[in-house]
Amino acid sequence: MLDIGKDNQPLVSVRDLKMHFPIYAGLLRRRVGEVKAVDGVSFDVMEGETLGLVGESGCGKSTCGRAVLRLYDITAGSITIDDREIGDTPQGQLREMRPTMQMVFQDPQASLNPRMTVEAIIKEPLDEHTSLTDAEKREKVGELMDAVGLNRKFAKRYPHAFSGGQRQRIGIARALALNPKFIVCDEPIAALDVSIQAQVVNLLEDLQEQFGLTYLFISHDLSMVRHIATRVAVMYLGKIVELAPREALYAEPLHPYTQALLSAVPEPDPSLEDKVERIILQGDVPSPSNPPQGCNFCTRCPAVMDICKVEEPDYREVRPGRYTACHLYNDNNDTAG
Amino acid sequence: MPDGALPVLDVRDLKTVFKTRAGEVHAVNDVSFALKPGELLGVVGESGSGKSVTMMSLLGLLPSPPADVRGGTVTFGGNDLLKVDAETLRAVRGGKIGFVFQDPMTSLNPVFNVGVQIMEPLRKHMGLNKRDAAKRAQELLELVGIPDAQRRLKDYPHQFSGGMRQRVMIAIALACDPQVLIADEPTTALDVTIQAQILELMKELRSKLGMAVIWITHDLGVIAGIADRVMVMYGGQVVEHAPVKELFRNPQHPYTRALLKTIPTIHGERDARLTIIEGQPPIMMDAPSACPFRDRCDVAFDRCERENPPRYDLGHGHDAACFFDARTGGPRNA
Repeated sequence: MLDIGKDNQPLVSVRDLKMHFPIYAGLLRRRVGEVKAVDGVSFDVMEGETLGLVGESGCGKSTCGRAVLRLYDITAGSITIDDREIGDTPQGQLREMRPTMQMVFQDPQASLNPRMTVEAIIKEPLDEHTSLTDAEKREKVGELMDAVGLNRKFAKRYPHAFSGGQRQRIGIARALALNPKFIVCDEPIAALDVSIQAQVVNLLEDLQEQFGLTYLFISHDLSMVRHIATRVAVMYLGKIVELAPREALYAEPLHPYTQALLSAVPEPDPSLEDKVERIILQGDVPSPSNPPQGCNFCTRCPAVMDICKVEEPDYREVRPGRYTACHLYNDNNDTAG
Repeated sequence: MPDGALPVLDVRDLKTVFKTRAGEVHAVNDVSFALKPGELLGVVGESGSGKSVTMMSLLGLLPSPPADVRGGTVTFGGNDLLKVDAETLRAVRGGKIGFVFQDPMTSLNPVFNVGVQIMEPLRKHMGLNKRDAAKRAQELLELVGIPDAQRRLKDYPHQFSGGMRQRVMIAIALACDPQVLIADEPTTALDVTIQAQILELMKELRSKLGMAVIWITHDLGVIAGIADRVMVMYGGQVVEHAPVKELFRNPQHPYTRALLKTIPTIHGERDARLTIIEGQPPIMMDAPSACPFRDRCDVAFDRCERENPPRYDLGHGHDAACFFDARTGGPRNA
């Protein structure tokens, strides 16, 4: 696969990942359907890169991130992390893989146990996965707190004593405890104030450099993803509609959904307001339990054609390093690299 | 400050304090602004900057205790809203001043269909009978772009999507032809493509109905696209206030400048590194005797520790509460 990642080596390979949640209804709780939260996504995350995963709420980006770490038992597909296939590994055996792959959650309030001290929170992965002595663990916790910019003196305090940004730092320290290679950041800055967001993003970038981390950065904030990501994948209704290197995607989005999404981002510059042509999408996202026939985006697409309502477009490389699933690019088939 | 037309809403030196066990929190400190007919005033600030509390104070929407509106005047329609009796205030709220809240799910009543909720202000404030109210409710839903309005009146809030619910909220706020619409983070809970729809709707409604709007948000991008004037709040105070283009082109307060630098954009140059504002927003536990931004400010000097800067008039409807003059690069003389 063509890419501009540092080593050109995929650390994580996801192929045709599906995560369907059953819907039970009626007196007998019979299975009446399923929510196709993630419906066949494929992507690679290169070693050392940050892959941004963007989309609107309900598009399946968080489910996708959790499924990649096997926090769910996936419906179908294969996931290779660090040369090991974990798509069908039983949860018990996954435990020994956990140190390689970690997660930073969206809500630092909900993902930290309020009855544990900061030290206990960061130490917990060490208790579970290492045989360090108590003194060694304490030292390691201290190092981690330094690394994420928390004062070591606060180790005995509880999460409620910290601000939102500091709590997110605790969550990041916990994710780093076992020297992971791959971290899924699930909307790590969505709950923070604007002036605090930049602090956390800069920290994530520093840590990536320092520890050689690979990130899957899930976010709905397109401008922040432009800042942090090496490549960007755009999801809509359970599928990746476009994946491209950052500059190419923002300069020239190919998929009509990406175009609309980017044009909808409000820019903090009133003089741009008159110039930027906004594409206002009509209607709402269809339900993932009952996606439309053909292309998932055909109900709202400004460039919809007849074929879109019948046949689902293939997700393929239409230009070197640029993947999209759209019938508009069918003709480019022969010229694509 | 105001030039030409008389303001529809004139707020002077509004002061609100919350009494807590740990002491008094000074949430709003001497906030003043005037809203001219038909204009859209954007209010920007981070959480805890006092932007929502300001708006709720002036309509008497805060429970007391713990809230205590300590002082100031709010002139609307010849009355001081802080002094009028409950009955008069109730007639203003939802009548001449409409309110749209952030979260459309929690601000709509889940056990009544939306028709009933849109008709409530129409019947209470305008004294319409049931039939006329139903007719007007349908018109309102059509006005805010909800298709199949007649049938949707009988639907309950959970049957609407987030963007549609916010349209219903706007319809309720507009029901009695308000002179002023206060919208508190109306698009924050929505996705960007839906937010774009609501912003578009708002522009359309303003040109059709001509009411004045106060739009509270933390998103400078939204403000840039919709506001006529902007008021930046920090630590319960107005730190800068200017016409929108002037504010973005020529920000004078260090907080505004830092805020504009810290947000990444999708157009233009991409910075290798984000500029950050060190530290945390303040918790206003003491009556302000110094500049609330001093600890995070990169141009603060000794005077900022001793005095709280007043809002200096910089001409062209622009003012900033800072002792440092960004134009000369030195302290202000006054």
